[in-house]
Amino acid sequence: MLTPAFLGPLATHAFLQYALLGGVLVAIPCGLVGSYVVIRRISYIAGAISHSVLAGLGLVQYLRVVHGVTWLSPLAGAAVAALLSASVIGWVSLKLRQREDTVIGAVWAVGMAAGIVLISLTPGYAADLMSYLFGNILMLTPRDLILIGALGVAVVTVVTLFHKQLLAVCFDDEFASLRGVRTSRYYFLLLGLTALTVVVLVSVVGIIMVIALLTLPAATANHLTRRLSHMMIVAALLCAGLTAAGLALSYGPDLPAGAVTILLTGALYFATALFKKR
Amino acid sequence: MTSVPNPVLAFHDLDFGYDGRRVLSGVNLAIPAGDFVSVVGPNGSGKTTLLKLALGLLKPTAGEVTVFGEKPERARHRIGYVPQHAHLDPLFPVSALDVVLMGRLGLGPRLGPWRGRDRDAARAALAEVGLGDQADRHFAALSGGQKQRTLIARSLAGEPELLLLDEPTAGLDAHVEEGFFRLLEELNRRLTIIMVSHDLGFVTALVRSVICVGQKVVVHPTSAITGQVIADLYGADMRLIRHDHRCSEEGHEC
Repeated sequence: MLTPAFLGPLATHAFLQYALLGGVLVAIPCGLVGSYVVIRRISYIAGAISHSVLAGLGLVQYLRVVHGVTWLSPLAGAAVAALLSASVIGWVSLKLRQREDTVIGAVWAVGMAAGIVLISLTPGYAADLMSYLFGNILMLTPRDLILIGALGVAVVTVVTLFHKQLLAVCFDDEFASLRGVRTSRYYFLLLGLTALTVVVLVSVVGIIMVIALLTLPAATANHLTRRLSHMMIVAALLCAGLTAAGLALSYGPDLPAGAVTILLTGALYFATALFKKR
Repeated sequence: MTSVPNPVLAFHDLDFGYDGRRVLSGVNLAIPAGDFVSVVGPNGSGKTTLLKLALGLLKPTAGEVTVFGEKPERARHRIGYVPQHAHLDPLFPVSALDVVLMGRLGLGPRLGPWRGRDRDAARAALAEVGLGDQADRHFAALSGGQKQRTLIARSLAGEPELLLLDEPTAGLDAHVEEGFFRLLEELNRRLTIIMVSHDLGFVTALVRSVICVGQKVVVHPTSAITGQVIADLYGADMRLIRHDHRCSEEGHEC
């Protein structure tokens, strides 16, 4: 019933094809990095990073409109903000240990507050706030797709090179350090990968729901698999399938695609969690 | 005390404390190659601290630790460390072989996937601990004893000369524990073993020396353990069970 309502326009509208391709492309970093985030239990760090992205988006928008710095891309602002908050959280959790949760909360809220102030200082761009917060996969441009694809290639390369160390650090970082692995270096690498993945996922589901798309397909895959490599593949396939399904189901009734995607993702996660029951 | 030639592990006038609380003071000990040592003492006495000092994970406030005559950080690759498995995530998506392969870090390639010889070494280590047929099982699905053996295999995969075990028999059934000690006996033929015990683990006949951690740290050959030593350590009268009448090996002194 919904399928023809989506497939017909898909054949003719380029923006739908870009959206579908975007969902498939983000699924690769989403499945790989999301799996590390779930097993290393840093979902809340990912949440803080994603919300702090608003500061970067707001700053770029402000500079473009008020100061005419048009060459700056919002995605670059988002990436800088995400990497900066990842570094702050990583540094605090490694050096100070205590009160990590407080710092995560602070980065989360301060990032959003800075973004909201900057957006309110920028004339005529209030509408963008909604697409930052809730995502708009239908607005993806070919340039975005190239950036998302490049990021996917970078993530796959890093994971292929350093999977052994990342796995060991996630499983038992004390033992890894005794085997000569510089564990804090790999922790920062993991936070950096998380930050960049968050940035591309923002374009699909928006700041508020990124944490769900990053972690729930991986957590669902964790219910279904027994090895990290399998978990990553299943998580990526789920992420691609769920984004496509969210797009298809939301198009006909004109619902927000990001929110529908997250509802499907959440439903699948809770269903497998109940089915698995330990 | 320091008459042991070329000790595998030695503490010299070592003090350790944190937050102003002194945990260990004036510790002198020297463990010869091939020894089988049990570290005993009441909860919170600093047994695990002793292991972490030997690994260089903790730094002494005064004095010195040497492992194979070097600083612990420089000798780490020659130590096989077997932590307690209770702190590991039970849902973690790894097979027994994946876990053992982590012991090859530092020996295998730095970049990219494991090579065939690393997998062979990991499988050999699993076979040595009696889990040769469990390589592909989910780590979480293994029993407590199998998990403990997997962690020993992980440390063996790193080709160590000294094995440090932290409460390896905690939570194991008596009959599982017995098989476990047989494995350690086998390994002791080529490795020096230091094991922290949650109880008076030296009741096993394998142990040749005992490090008693209390107000003072004292090393005893097993034959010298008397009711008085135990009473001094635990502050209560405890009965000593002797499993045999074997005298300890030579070369130990207090």
